[in-house]
Amino acid sequence: MGMTITEKILAAHAGKKEVRPGDLIWAKLDIALGNDITAPIAISEFRNSGAGKVWDKNKVVLVPDHFTPNKDIMSAEQSKILRDFSREQKLKFYFEVGEVGVEHALLPEKGIVTSGDAVIGADSHTCTYGALGAFSTGVGSTDLAAAMISGKVWLKVPEAMKFVFEGKLSKWVSGKDLILKIIGDIGVDGALYRSMEFTGEAIRSLSMESRLSMCNMAIEAGGKNGIIEPDEITKRYLKGRSIRKPVFYSSDKDAKYVSVTEYDASKLEPMVAFPHLPSNTRPISKVGKVRIDQVVIGSCTNGRIEDMRIAAKLMKGKKVAPYVRTLIIPATQAIFKQMIKEGLMEVFVDCGAAVSTPTCGPCLGGHMGILAAGERALATTNRNFVGRMGSPKAEVYLANPAVAAATAIFGRIASPEEL
Amino acid sequence: MIFTGKVFKYRDDVNTDEIIPARYLNTSDPKELAKHTMEDIDKDFMKKMKPGDIIVGEKNFGCGSSREHAPIAIKEAGVSCVIAKSFARIFYRNSFNMGLPILENPKAVDGISSGDLVEVDTVKGEIRNKTTGKTFAVAPYPVFMQELIKAGGLIKYVAKNNR
Ligand code: SF4
Repeated sequence: MGMTITEKILAAHAGKKEVRPGDLIWAKLDIALGNDITAPIAISEFRNSGAGKVWDKNKVVLVPDHFTPNKDIMSAEQSKILRDFSREQKLKFYFEVGEVGVEHALLPEKGIVTSGDAVIGADSHTCTYGALGAFSTGVGSTDLAAAMISGKVWLKVPEAMKFVFEGKLSKWVSGKDLILKIIGDIGVDGALYRSMEFTGEAIRSLSMESRLSMCNMAIEAGGKNGIIEPDEITKRYLKGRSIRKPVFYSSDKDAKYVSVTEYDASKLEPMVAFPHLPSNTRPISKVGKVRIDQVVIGSCTNGRIEDMRIAAKLMKGKKVAPYVRTLIIPATQAIFKQMIKEGLMEVFVDCGAAVSTPTCGPCLGGHMGILAAGERALATTNRNFVGRMGSPKAEVYLANPAVAAATAIFGRIASPEEL
Repeated sequence: MIFTGKVFKYRDDVNTDEIIPARYLNTSDPKELAKHTMEDIDKDFMKKMKPGDIIVGEKNFGCGSSREHAPIAIKEAGVSCVIAKSFARIFYRNSFNMGLPILENPKAVDGISSGDLVEVDTVKGEIRNKTTGKTFAVAPYPVFMQELIKAGGLIKYVAKNNR
């Protein structure tokens, strides 16, 4: 019987000819990732275990992106743990402020993750790299510590769900909307313990940026990983970037799925997730009048150059609505620089938006844009749980960058069509 | 192991931001984290609970971020175990890896209310609701996972088998 792309990657990394859903395996890793919140615990467990050196100094990646540039003394201490450890272990991939970006934008951009890889990260959105045709999944700090020691992770081979998008997407509909649509349909645990495979004509024509933001949110449906078969777009993206030779896998025709769901891509609209779950979605035409106090365009979901271009195009020559804070956070330094080159910075500053250095910042309610009680934000981020962006009495709405740009201008949730 | 405690029961999809809000994650000190356990879903949880008490959730307990700070806070707060209909994947493996007992049992969850006194026997594989007198059987961990427990947790297992 055939295997899915996920099963093939896992089998290859477990040294087996084939694996089946439910098998418990030890998989060899290509990359293990930690950040300034999760790595300190992993480092302390690593030290307590008596292990002297990490399994491979080129494969343990530390990215201090959450509370950086450090917001207070305590977070500075956390970052220092990463810095000291990276120096001591001579890690090849540690990124200091000035170089650092949001981890799941940074790793693909730098070619640190590539097609066919098996990757874990002590961060739930590690599933992002499925867009490149890799198996990647989020774990906790203890798993990261174990990986730093052994280069391996224990995994249960997941069952797979297939989502097929045929037809052409309408203007303003992006990968973010496709994944919000799915999460709205299946719920925040609709893909629990499972692999989510995205395919079909509309997926094959999606840009890499859109694919990354789609796979990024597989976790919001409870998924173990999200994945898209590599194609010409993938190969073009990886060219001159990958630090390892990519391996291209695809699913067999007779691979087994627990479910196959088909969508007509041409019928989809931009989606908005209402508080307080990513599954609480409505198409933009059914949103009604919702006033907004803050707009955030950034994060590992939608902080890439394509997102910035879309937002700038819509905001050019306009002004942000009175009393609305609009925060633009490019996810990496390369994106930041590209924005300067293309004149996007000027567009944002002219229309009254604040542009920040790359950071997770407000996405997790860390710093750089925290909400007061009773306030509402619309963000291009991935989670809108209670308290996610500050006060537990605030509300967060999720949408794509085009909707976010229109919302900033009108001060209420708006469709880009209105501009 | 046998635990007995009073139950604090919550809804579906309790997420890690509610268990330990990100605003407190500028430290990984368990004692600091424990002070804020369950704060954004139940503000007074830490005032009400006593060591040994049990958290019960419905579906998808622990969804959201990968922060191991969530099971760490719960464990350090003195909660003896968590019972739910289902757990989010990363929360499940984090709890398992770091030694917070978690039990998946939909029937038991339906048969337990907030405030009930519940006894959990992990060896026999039983959840007993002492308030109602009902007993529920719990499935044992897969053999593979039992080996990790026997070794004293994931890190000990890996450290030993890596030599
Ligand atoms: S941008 Fe948000 S979701 Fe992404 S890694 Fe940072 S905190 Fe997590």
